Amino acid sequence: MPAKSPRSKSQARELLFGDLWEFDPAPESAPAFIDDRYRLFIDGKHSAPRSKKYFDSISPRDGKKLAEIPVANAADVDAAYQAAAKAFKSWSKLPGAERGKYLFRIARLLQDRSREFAVAETLDGGKPIKESRDFDLPMAAAHFFYHAGWADKLDYVAPGRRLNPLGVIGQVIPWNFPLLMLAWKIAPALATGNTVVLKPAETTSITALKFATLLEQAGLPPGVVNIVTGAGETGAAVVNHPLAAKIAFTGSTEVGKIIQRSLAGTGKKLTLELGGKAANIVFDDAPLDQAVEGIINGIFFNQGHVCCAGSRLLVQEGIETEIIARLKRRLATLRTGDPLDKNTDIGAINSAEQLGRIRELVQSGIDEGAEIHQSSCQLPKQGFYHAPTLFTGVAQSHRIAREEIFGPVLSIMSFRTPEEAIEKANNTCYGLSAGVWTDKGSKILMMASRLKAGVVWANTYNKFDPSSPFGGYKESGFGREGGKHGLLDYASLAPLDITR
Amino acid sequence: MSLPITKTPKCYVGGAFIRSESGRIYEIHRSSGEFLANIPLCSRKDLRNAVEAAAKGGAGWAKRSPYNRAQILYRLAEMLESRAAEMAAVTSTEETRASIDRIVHFAGWADKYEQVLGSVNPVASSHFNFTVTEPVGIVGILAPEESPLLALLTLILPAITAGNSVVALASKSRPYPSILLGEMLAVSDLPGGVINLLTGDRAELLATFATHEHLRALAATADTSEATALQKGAADSVKRVVIHDPKTDWFSAAHDSPYAIRDFTEAKTVWHPIGS
Repeated sequence: MPAKSPRSKSQARELLFGDLWEFDPAPESAPAFIDDRYRLFIDGKHSAPRSKKYFDSISPRDGKKLAEIPVANAADVDAAYQAAAKAFKSWSKLPGAERGKYLFRIARLLQDRSREFAVAETLDGGKPIKESRDFDLPMAAAHFFYHAGWADKLDYVAPGRRLNPLGVIGQVIPWNFPLLMLAWKIAPALATGNTVVLKPAETTSITALKFATLLEQAGLPPGVVNIVTGAGETGAAVVNHPLAAKIAFTGSTEVGKIIQRSLAGTGKKLTLELGGKAANIVFDDAPLDQAVEGIINGIFFNQGHVCCAGSRLLVQEGIETEIIARLKRRLATLRTGDPLDKNTDIGAINSAEQLGRIRELVQSGIDEGAEIHQSSCQLPKQGFYHAPTLFTGVAQSHRIAREEIFGPVLSIMSFRTPEEAIEKANNTCYGLSAGVWTDKGSKILMMASRLKAGVVWANTYNKFDPSSPFGGYKESGFGREGGKHGLLDYASLAPLDITR
Repeated sequence: MSLPITKTPKCYVGGAFIRSESGRIYEIHRSSGEFLANIPLCSRKDLRNAVEAAAKGGAGWAKRSPYNRAQILYRLAEMLESRAAEMAAVTSTEETRASIDRIVHFAGWADKYEQVLGSVNPVASSHFNFTVTEPVGIVGILAPEESPLLALLTLILPAITAGNSVVALASKSRPYPSILLGEMLAVSDLPGGVINLLTGDRAELLATFATHEHLRALAATADTSEATALQKGAADSVKRVVIHDPKTDWFSAAHDSPYAIRDFTEAKTVWHPIGS
């Protein structure tokens, strides 16, 4: 009698309902309180842009206009810097405990208004409500809460050194975690006594501008945080303003290089959190159920709009067939659609432009000979959506194995030995993150020590914590966010005996 | 009286003493104006070769135990001490003493900085979460004209203490201390290729230092125009650049700091599961 393959055995247990019945829609109904037209937030005031120009913020969920966002021109950005420089004088001298109290207030207010912000985030950015509700908002509040407590304890960050604030920090953040990236940037900057000019991403400005109203509720002194909106030109004005003591940027490696070049010779400090092409490495002794969930979470979390997404899956040869079969089955159960629906796993792609880029790279995968697998899910007619996608038979030279796709697309490759896995994992210009799946603790630590990546997740993926430093090697940037490492990047270090 | 033997100054690269592949030299003179020696005028090709040597030597150095790195650095101080008079003759007694002290200071950091720079992070989930430092790889160093030994070592020591290897360009006008330092390195137990010392023209080599992709960080004393060129070139491969003011007081105790080491490390955070 022929031996039964493990696949057919597990298939026998499977219940596939297909389209036999559908989930009822379960839309989140809490109001987002989005204004028709927003203003810049400069020196504690909501002011119309000097440019007199606005652009439409589109909801990727249905392609419809949500609000009008002001375009900050060079004069607006200058006003923001002047306000921040003025505010710096008193803010930097405020006792740390008092600065901390403002941050605690912000954390609490974010918790109070978390549902409202979560719905706004989902409407504006397209991420599933369950992620903005259960991840982005709690994590943003946690970042403020964590850093609030540091504000009066800065003498304990670096033994032998005192942390002095730098001045005005220019911050430019991406569209994938709009409010969370704002929190990652503003919380440590304020805790260390700096003031801020922040530019949210063009397509996701709403929660940053809503956040300005929260700062008013917190009674934050005017000018400590200024929010200017716009596209690349506004960003360039923020980066190149002479009053900036430091620029903190999260975004693409391409733009990061432009910023590094433009800051050359200015003496401004710089931290960059750039792209990634992370390897998620699964050994044959890994807990498979857990690994499959981790792989899915690693690439499909936030539609794959994650710089540390586990976009290159490296599977040990012995379990390759099994893992691919399990992934395909799991793929079929993922619900792609209206991000406002509480049952949605994969929401809308952030913009038409990003959808175009994902499609282009997916096509290159097909053209270069990789095999594509997509679930037969129905995508909404309106809005920007991309089906979750797996590629098998991927070669290291394929574009889908080298370039950051920033979408729900996983490239699957295999390896035989740990050495081969390390070699393949490190064979990239990026070095932001990596995943390792194995039951053996010593193997985790061996792999972790040899992977050239700033964050290594073992038997988990896409975990974040305000106390845990995050940032990359190589062309994924420099500097860290979170933990005491992140604080050091927002301060200059003075020997204790000189300043005291 | 027999004629004394003069020494041919050579650069110390990959654990060997080399002339420039270009065959070029430049003359240096004693303060009296008398000819002292011909110094290699290293080329861009020499720099690339040195980076290759650093890549070979560096891998093993990073894997040495911190205690072993500490002892080897201390041994370098011993080697300098035993030839202190000779070094003082081409620098100064004060500079030589300060250099020895700085080597000893960083030797002591080799097995301690991790406990200052690293952390265990109290995350909210069931993970043992820790952040450790790792060397960035190969560091390019551009030393200033003055304090030719102390400044050179102050730039090199934080990088190699962390397990990096370096390719350094010495003072153009006062290269001789770096020639002597190379001879001391050769007997210091420091593996060949960890410290590579070049002599030559800064303007000629600056662009290659800035853009060489295998140099992952630069430490340089530089004026504004040089700093601009270095940082622009460095952006091509997102390289870290640490710029020191040419007017830096190299004798300052502020240089004795683990945070100088931090500039040449990557922070790696590991999320290790805790079983239930």
